[in-house]
Amino acid sequence: MKLMWFHLMPYTELPEDFRERHPSVWVDVHSSLFDPKRAHLMYNDFMDEMEFAAECGFDAICVNEHHSNGYGLMPSPNLIATALARRTIGTSLCVMGNSLALYNPPTRVAEEFAMIDVISGGRLIAGFPVGTPMDTCYAYGQNPSMLRERYREAHDLVLRAWTERDTFAFNGRFNQQRYVNIWPRPVQQPHPPIWIPGGGSVETWQWCAEMDYVYSYLSYYGYKAGRATIDGFWKEMARLGKDRNPYRAGFLQFVGVAATREEALKLYAEPAEYFYGRCLHVSAKYATPPGYSSEATQRAGIQSQVAQAAGAAAPPRYQDKFQLLAREMAEIVERGYVIIGSPDEVAEQLKEVAINLNVGHLMLLLQFGNMTKDLTRYNTKLFAEKVMPQLKDLFSEWEDRWWPQPMEQKLRAAVPAFRPQASAADD
Amino acid sequence: MTEPTTESVEVNGFAARVWRKGRGAKLGFLAGFGGLPRWIPFLDALAEHREVIVPSLPGFPGATGHAVLDSHLDWVLAVRQLLAEAGLAGADIAGSSVGASFALEMAAIWPETVRRLALIAPWGLFDEREPMTDPWAQRAKDVPALLCANPAKWEMLKQEPPGVNSIEWPIEQARASEAAARAFWPLGNTRLQKRLPLVQAPTLLLWGTEDKILPQSYARRFAEGIKGESEIRVIPGAGHLVELDQPEAVAAAILDWTR
Repeated sequence: MKLMWFHLMPYTELPEDFRERHPSVWVDVHSSLFDPKRAHLMYNDFMDEMEFAAECGFDAICVNEHHSNGYGLMPSPNLIATALARRTIGTSLCVMGNSLALYNPPTRVAEEFAMIDVISGGRLIAGFPVGTPMDTCYAYGQNPSMLRERYREAHDLVLRAWTERDTFAFNGRFNQQRYVNIWPRPVQQPHPPIWIPGGGSVETWQWCAEMDYVYSYLSYYGYKAGRATIDGFWKEMARLGKDRNPYRAGFLQFVGVAATREEALKLYAEPAEYFYGRCLHVSAKYATPPGYSSEATQRAGIQSQVAQAAGAAAPPRYQDKFQLLAREMAEIVERGYVIIGSPDEVAEQLKEVAINLNVGHLMLLLQFGNMTKDLTRYNTKLFAEKVMPQLKDLFSEWEDRWWPQPMEQKLRAAVPAFRPQASAADD
Repeated sequence: MTEPTTESVEVNGFAARVWRKGRGAKLGFLAGFGGLPRWIPFLDALAEHREVIVPSLPGFPGATGHAVLDSHLDWVLAVRQLLAEAGLAGADIAGSSVGASFALEMAAIWPETVRRLALIAPWGLFDEREPMTDPWAQRAKDVPALLCANPAKWEMLKQEPPGVNSIEWPIEQARASEAAARAFWPLGNTRLQKRLPLVQAPTLLLWGTEDKILPQSYARRFAEGIKGESEIRVIPGAGHLVELDQPEAVAAAILDWTR
């Protein structure tokens, strides 16, 4: 299986009374909380951590896009991925991803992703999320009633821009371009693997099946809450006659490893409580821009509430997502948001998660909340040395058809050694 | 309160509900934010003196078809078609918030299709110094008091009647909000300001003293922009949807203006 190292890049110094004093970590989070000089150190720490994870042998480093967000400092994940392309060699770069409807024209995404793919020698995974309501409709002002149609059209445009050999005119409903002809073109042919981070809508699953894309469920609530969604995905794949290749799916999980479970509880309580208490303090008023959810999805949601009232289990509704969560370590662990323990205990749990969910791409958050650089390195290294070997061979009977196909090593540019003393000299 | 007659017309191939009640000269009403999931006392007060005709805007309760409207041109053409199909060409038109904005568009672009206008807090302008409140970034519990001085009025409008399909009712209400968003996201600004000088129809502007969506200063901006005669009338004890809060007073003002 693939073990991927994901960084959200949270601002790590939100005040202790953030929940009480501030309405939301997202959209209208106050600028006075952002200290650029502190953020300078955060960004550089985060990028060190990512490079460290690559050195430790993780299969990929993952980045994602958020706007006006106190727990996600990557409005442009492409910038970070490009920097990583120059500082890593074998690791795949998973940009999870670019919210297609936010780019005008969307060919910008085709170009930037092609750049990353070329610079990295073909190591890019191209993620195409619709984007959250907070990012797309509020921070970026996109019309929620047209967002999904724009997203689909932008996807078609990007795909054509990557694959058509001649300059073409794109005559879309929302985009018109007379001359589409991107330079550079991606190294990976016909195009980099496409992954779709999504919620639990049946339409998205069907589309992933039709297009043969990876479906990734990026929830912050762990394997217990994610089970129903992933089960729904596999049920739909079965209905559509698709095989159960675990590499069709990706799943996000927070993990904290230490020598013992007790020590892990002690070490990871603060960053976990920081994340679930402060980072996920999102105002409910930004959860449901009208039209963001399709009527079919709304109908399914209302039906499941009716079922829930009748006693059946149902996944939480999107608008409740940020309201119902656990904020104290004992419950965070109990509910499975964060998996903790000794390396063997963590390996055991993750094996179970991977098998139960049938997920071949595990995206791990080994840095979360205000976790220090030292603890992040400790968690990352211990995982790589003691947990990773126990999981690596899982699903080896399946082929991962959705993994980057980089250029041969001998054809690739040598990345020059970095000499920080040269730039910092005589400061 | 008695029910109106209901008929259906077609706009872009989608059915739109048209309510009719009363006798006399025709008076059209284009609903405000949230639409009309049910007949309201305000319409009865108008129907005592006029033939009131209430066509549903695309996506508002009683109609679909908003999802094929991608541009402002699509919207104004759809509303133009809707009014014509409802037999309202050349009639007096009243409207509220979203509907009032489209009534102004009709008067600006097709002056001959509108006689006199009576409008409640129209959307379509945006003043940075006094921004319109974002109606789509609200907790559900805050919405009633945002739209009406008496929140119970909004709650009554939107309350699910006994015996209706409990799954479709909330979807219909969400769709109404989406339809308004489709046309007015994110600021409520359709750049109607540019077209106000084309409006020659005499226009009454009605504003609630407790409008929490659009400040009263917008009434002056509309009055200054409109080329034809205009008058501002402020209604005490009313929020944004004045027709819900003060049905009698608003109906009287509209009947008086369109006499």
